Parts: sequence; structure tokens; C-alpha cells
Amino acid sequence: MITIIRKELADYFTSIRCLILFLLVVVASAAALYAAQQGIRGTGTESGFIFMGLFTVGGAIPSLATFIALLVPVIGIALGFDAINNERSTGTLNRILSQPIYRDSVINGKFLAGMITLAIMIFAAMLLVAGYGLRMIGVPPAAEEIIRLFIYFVAVVIYGAFWMGLAILFSILFRSLAVSLLCPLAIWILIGNPVFNPYVSFVVPAVTDSIGTSLMLLRISPYWLFAEATAALLDPLFRGLGILTVSDTTGMLLRPLSLDQSLILVWPQLTALICLTVICFAVSYVVFMRQEIRAT
Amino acid sequence: MGKNIVLETRDLTKKYDGTTVVDHLNIHVAENEVFGLLGPNGAGKTTTILMLLGLTEPASGSARVFGFDSTRESLKVKRLTGYLPERLGFYENLTARQNLRFIAWLNNMSDEEAERQIDQVLEEVGLVEKADTAVRKFSRGMKQRLGIADVLVKKPRLVILDEPTAGLDPEGINQILDLIAGLPKMDTTVVMCSHRLYEVQRICHSIAILANGKLMVEGALDDLGRDALAGGRYRIEVETAEASPQLVEIIGKIKGVNNVEAEGNFLHVTTDSDLRAAISKAVVDNGVALIQMKVQEFSLDDIYKRYFQEG
Repeated sequence: MITIIRKELADYFTSIRCLILFLLVVVASAAALYAAQQGIRGTGTESGFIFMGLFTVGGAIPSLATFIALLVPVIGIALGFDAINNERSTGTLNRILSQPIYRDSVINGKFLAGMITLAIMIFAAMLLVAGYGLRMIGVPPAAEEIIRLFIYFVAVVIYGAFWMGLAILFSILFRSLAVSLLCPLAIWILIGNPVFNPYVSFVVPAVTDSIGTSLMLLRISPYWLFAEATAALLDPLFRGLGILTVSDTTGMLLRPLSLDQSLILVWPQLTALICLTVICFAVSYVVFMRQEIRAT
Repeated sequence: MGKNIVLETRDLTKKYDGTTVVDHLNIHVAENEVFGLLGPNGAGKTTTILMLLGLTEPASGSARVFGFDSTRESLKVKRLTGYLPERLGFYENLTARQNLRFIAWLNNMSDEEAERQIDQVLEEVGLVEKADTAVRKFSRGMKQRLGIADVLVKKPRLVILDEPTAGLDPEGINQILDLIAGLPKMDTTVVMCSHRLYEVQRICHSIAILANGKLMVEGALDDLGRDALAGGRYRIEVETAEASPQLVEIIGKIKGVNNVEAEGNFLHVTTDSDLRAAISKAVVDNGVALIQMKVQEFSLDDIYKRYFQEG
């Protein structure tokens, strides 16, 4: 399996596709940095988390967190959509499978290599912003900020892995590259994109008026889970993910939550995200293992 | 030739969506021979190969390669077996050497061993100069040769080649056939599928013919040829200076001779075994000059046609 990961990684890093994605990430980081520079003055003073503002503060140009929420699914899909069917159509899949390796190491290797690539991209973007941001604002990050950002990073990788898993699943199910690219993209447009999300803005409001039910429905969308989780992680002032009535909020002190309290707040969301990712991978795994190799 | 059976199938059967593609197939391949698997398109050859390698599960029956069950111990089978698919694919953006190196790694070879082995097989297929060229720049024939290298790089004891000469020019075909024919000397057994009968006839020791998933015939090529041509008998053609009726009678009396027909100065003798020595002695003892004598050659076409006319 190590060999397959090694080869897949080498493939990714020499491919034009990855170069484009990296460029996209760099441009997004630069833009987010610019946005933070414009907007960071005066924010974060009440919570004391100035450094994290680099990732969350945006104005006309969105913040890095917004960019990441938008880009990560696309990166995941781009990395995964041709994982299996491309190898099948070029005939390399049969060649690999006739070697003395377990069949699942092919799909495990591909999934892990994709996750590593994804992690490197996100890590690079965050380091870029952190590094330049540090020069810009001159405020070093507190220990808690580093931990929060790291958990955020893990959440992002899991979120990306979900979309990659989805794309890999379609690449196993369909032989055509176009179909396996369009299917996850369509799902992303319908329930996963943060800019214009028909599921969030039309479907759920149309189905129910109750806030409780609509929240439940919204949480089917991996995007919504991710948005809630990261909001609480990156903003210590963020209080509740459910319904807060006026009586709840009156007298509430506007003081940042401690890390463990924030974590308790997002734990269900994080677990659900991990679950979705695991389900996606498990389905891909089972389908791939059961798929027959046929003489065509 | 060794008598050890390295590959055998027992009532191997495969069904796709209710259609039987391979039907109770029983074939045996002896160690260090070149075995030809023949049959029209859709006869079930490739499916049989996929089952041999454990890539597809049989509906019933079993296949054993070097004593390992193909389905349950496919990893052990694949460690010893190299497979060249009909439609072979390489990573186009990698070089020939990188493609081979990947396969060597998947076979748990150490780095030095892999490099040594890669150099050797590239040499054998004549691609040394192209070792560091990306495969997408390769011609069809070069890819085919790289495919052979790819199969050999893991030092297999058995190679299964599906149409190994497809897309090659005549010179390339000869090179590859020579290479394949030389494999048994290097302790490698060959199973080969091909539609080109003359290629099979040239290098194969035994063949099996499949049609509609069923085994039509299996056996050594020489036996099958005689069988197809003269019902299992030898046909010897004798040219003499003068074919007298007396000579015909004398030859007809040699033990083992079934029939003698005279046609001008030619005698067509049908025998149970190769009696050339006895016949030539009889001719010369009669004071007739013997000009030439040969056992009539059969071609695989004859065998093939015979079984397909019957089928």
C-alpha cells in the first residue's frame, strides 16, 4: 500500500491539475490576507483573539475561512473524480490488480494519498496566511489559538475527504469521466456550496416553518455541519448552534468561550462530518471490492 | 520437457448474467512448455485467464496454479505469475523505467534488485534506449514490447500472455516470438492466447481450443496435427526415380503401413508411426533411386478448421 501511496503522491505532485489547485489556493490565501489587512483593525479586541482574525476577518473580499469552505470541496472532487475509472479505462487497473497486492490497498492508497495532498494544500494556505499575517500585524498567536486553528485544520481535511470520497465513489460507479465529475459537482451545487445553496435557501424553508426542524434538515448538508463547526472553532464568542431565545441571550456575558466549551459545542458536528466521510469511504470500498473484473 | 503440471483447471465454470461464458473447462499445462489457448472471439479465453489469476471468481469448479488455489490464494498465484492483458495500459506520463519500477515495487523487490531486473528485461525486449522516455511517446509496438518487459520484471515462473503480438510489425513479431519461445529454457512456463495460428504453431508445444466456453480439444500440437490430417496416422510422401507396382506392393507389406498410393513417381504412404527408415531401405533394396521423402506437414489451420467444422 505504501508503494501505491508513494506513486499516487508522485502523480499528484507532478500533475498540472495539482498545480492549478495549488495556484488557486495561493491566490485565495493572498486575497484573504488582503481582506484581513483591511478589516482586522479594531476587531478581536473584545475577545483577545487577534491572530485568529487573520483567518476569519473579511470585508468586500471574503476571509480565508470562507475561501476554504468554498474551495475545499472543489479540491476534493478534483482529486478524486477520476481515481478509479481513469485507471480502468487506460487498462492500468488490471495491471496493478494482477500484481501480488490486496485489492483494497488500491483504494486505500488512493484515498490516503488524496488526503495527504489535500492536507498539504490546506496547511500551506494556512501557513502562508499565518506567516505573512504575523509580519503584518505583529501579534504572535496564543497557544489556544494554535490549538483552535489545528482543530480547524483537521476539520477542513475531513470535510475535503468527504467530498473526495464522494467523488471516488462516483469514479467507481461510472466509467465515464464526465459523469463522475458532474455527479459530485451537482451534489456540491445543490447542498454543499456556501455562496448560493438551493438546499439551504429554498428547499428547507419551503418544507418547514419550524426553526428546530429546519435546523435538523440543514444539518443533513455536510456544508452546514462544516460551517457550524468551523464557526464555533474560529470564533470563541460564538455561543450557540441551536435556537437562542431572547431570554437566553439577555444577561449573557460577551466573553469568549474556553477551548473545551467550544469543542463541546461543535463535537456533534465534527462527529457527524467524520461519520459522513467514513460512510462515503465505506460505500466506495464495498462497491470496489465487489465489482467484478470482466473481459470486455 | 517437464511432466509436472503447473496449471490445471477442474470443471471451471463462469456465468455472467445467466449466460455460461466458461463451461466446465479442464485444461492442464505442463512445466516449462509453451501452451496455446485458442478460440474465436468470445470463446471465454480472457475470462478463463482472469479466473486463473483470481481476478474473477468462478461460479463453480476450481483452478490451481503451482498448487495454489486461484481464488483463495490468489496473492501467491499472482506472485509467481505474470499477466499481459490484451488491452495493456501504462501510466502515460511516466517513463518506461518508472512504469516497470512501480511493478517491481508492488512485488516487494528491493531497489537494487528492481533496477537490475529492469535493465535486464529492457535489454531483452530491445527498449534500452527508450528507458527514460515517457510512455505516451511510445508507438503501439513499443508499448507491446514494454508490456512483455512488464510481465517479466517480476521474474515469474508462469506468464500468461493475451495476444502478445497484437499491433506489432513482422519483425517485431519475430523478436517477441523468439523471446517467448526462449522462456521455457529460463524455467518459465508460458500460456498464450492468439488468433494467429502460424504463431501458435511456431512456438507452442501444446494447445487447447475453446469455443463457446467449452473445451474442444487439448493436447500436444504434433498429435493433434496428425489427428486432424490423417486420423492420427503419419502421411509420408516418397519420391522415387521410378514407382513400379512391385515397389508399391513391397512397401505395402512393411509392418505398420496402412496404405500406399502411387501418383506418377510419388508414393503416398499412410503409416501408424514414422517408418521413413524402413521405407527408404525397401526402396533402395529394390534397386530404385530414392529422390526424396518427407513426413507431410500439417498446419494448425487444419486442426482449427476441423474442430470448427465439427462444432
